[in-house]
Amino acid sequence: MPTRVLVPSGVLGLGFDRDALANGVAMKPDIICIDGGSTDSGPFSLGTGTSKYSRAGCKSEWRELMIARAELQVPLVISSCGTCGSDNMVDWMFDITQELAIELKHTLKVALLYSEQSADTIVAKLDSNQYQALDPVFPLEESIVRNCTHIVALAGAEHIAQALESQADIILTGRATDTAAICALPIMRGEHVGAAWHGAKIAECGALCSTNPISGVILLDVDQQGFNVQPMASDARCTPHSVSAHMLYENSDPFLLHEPGGTLDVTQAHYEQTDERTVRVIGSQWHEAKKYTVKLEAARCTGYQSTIMAVLRDTHYVANARQWLDRLSDFLEKEINTAMRLNSGDYSLEFRLIGVDSVLGALENKAATPTEVGVLGIITANSEELTEEIAKLINPFLLHYPLTDNEALPTFAFPYSPAHSNRGALYEFCMNHVIELNSPMDAFRIETRQAGI
Amino acid sequence: MQLGELVVNVRSKNAGPYWVTIDVFCGSEAVYSQVQELLTKAFVASLYQQPEETLKHFELPDLHVLKFSFPRPVVQGSRYDRDMHGAQYSVLLSELEISAH
Repeated sequence: MPTRVLVPSGVLGLGFDRDALANGVAMKPDIICIDGGSTDSGPFSLGTGTSKYSRAGCKSEWRELMIARAELQVPLVISSCGTCGSDNMVDWMFDITQELAIELKHTLKVALLYSEQSADTIVAKLDSNQYQALDPVFPLEESIVRNCTHIVALAGAEHIAQALESQADIILTGRATDTAAICALPIMRGEHVGAAWHGAKIAECGALCSTNPISGVILLDVDQQGFNVQPMASDARCTPHSVSAHMLYENSDPFLLHEPGGTLDVTQAHYEQTDERTVRVIGSQWHEAKKYTVKLEAARCTGYQSTIMAVLRDTHYVANARQWLDRLSDFLEKEINTAMRLNSGDYSLEFRLIGVDSVLGALENKAATPTEVGVLGIITANSEELTEEIAKLINPFLLHYPLTDNEALPTFAFPYSPAHSNRGALYEFCMNHVIELNSPMDAFRIETRQAGI
Repeated sequence: MQLGELVVNVRSKNAGPYWVTIDVFCGSEAVYSQVQELLTKAFVASLYQQPEETLKHFELPDLHVLKFSFPRPVVQGSRYDRDMHGAQYSVLLSELEISAH
């Protein structure tokens, strides 16, 4: 009997088709796994230890999955709770689970797998040289480690397996690789390890590997030779193309995927349509690593920001936006120096011309005259007081600065009042490294708690 | 004619905070051969102003896909990043005038 995994969607908070979920439940899976995290929205979530998705949205979807779990009486796993998988986000997910358990009158055993790392742990790894830089290589030293607001290690299949061993009804994990939760049970049951990892990679974004990506729900059957994958929405299909193409997605290498403890290699994988909706894959390989490593993610605060925006609609200014902005920037540098006694190294003021090249910057190779141009000023400095002061100082000039000395004073459009917005702290990802562990559980902790009535 | 009109899809996306990856889905053997000839490693490196040594280039003839990955010019979400998901890098390829090459 293959091990059957139901994946309701690529991430909790993204939504899924309720009928497709019902179809998935009717297939009697052995486990339900959903991801709760990603670095895709940037460093803010990890920097602050907050969820990108709304609590209400997550709770509403989690409710559906808790009901499905109760009906099936199989484990329900969410990995990388609260987008970033910090310890406090695992607790946040537990609070949601607890509220729902009471509402639904469930009595639950919940396992919580924590992935957050102390600065001391990481510094000790640096000192004992039990770490490696990944490509592209950035320096990692103690001062960077001590500056991080959160550091997490990405859990692998071993950690999820350990949590499953506790016989918990629900497992909430800190940061884990996208694939770990999905492949853990098949590997525990002795299914083909390469197939388990490969199937997990294909299913981790839910129905993105099918012809109807937004339907969400995917069913994975892993056996001792390979895996089958099929979407649960009635109008969706998996095809060898849709499935194999998913190995390309968000992967810099389409054949190799580095995971805790080894590497998935799909160079020899063979994809075959077995019925109208299902694809079977064989030939996936797992290469066990000599040393057990887990990847780190970390974020630190690199300053504070305020932004200010004006919009140019006057044709004369739209046509000469760059020239105007260069002249304005020179003027503002002097003005900030005079009024605030700040040198250019004390802050940064960057303008982006929306409608001209704000997305591609120096790579932009298309020149066209837009109808209007947004002028987005981004001020970064060491405190919010400072960025706000600079924003207020430059405000009248951004509103009125003329293209040349000999023309009437223009007034541009500010879209709202006040024209500036304080963005607060700016965070930056600051580790691209793995640490070596003597035993997989060394850097992770599991707790079990009761939830509900 | 632009490359995006010839192929099925060109997409780009972060591959973690430090890489961006671009997939060109050609759709057929004939288009794949044509595009493969055009999108050499040197050409794509120069379009994205990347050193050739750090540009990864993959050819997947079974899928009719060409794939290019390179380290993000700025780390995702850091001060000078302009495109959090890296999803707009693809336009430089999809808008490429192919008659000119």
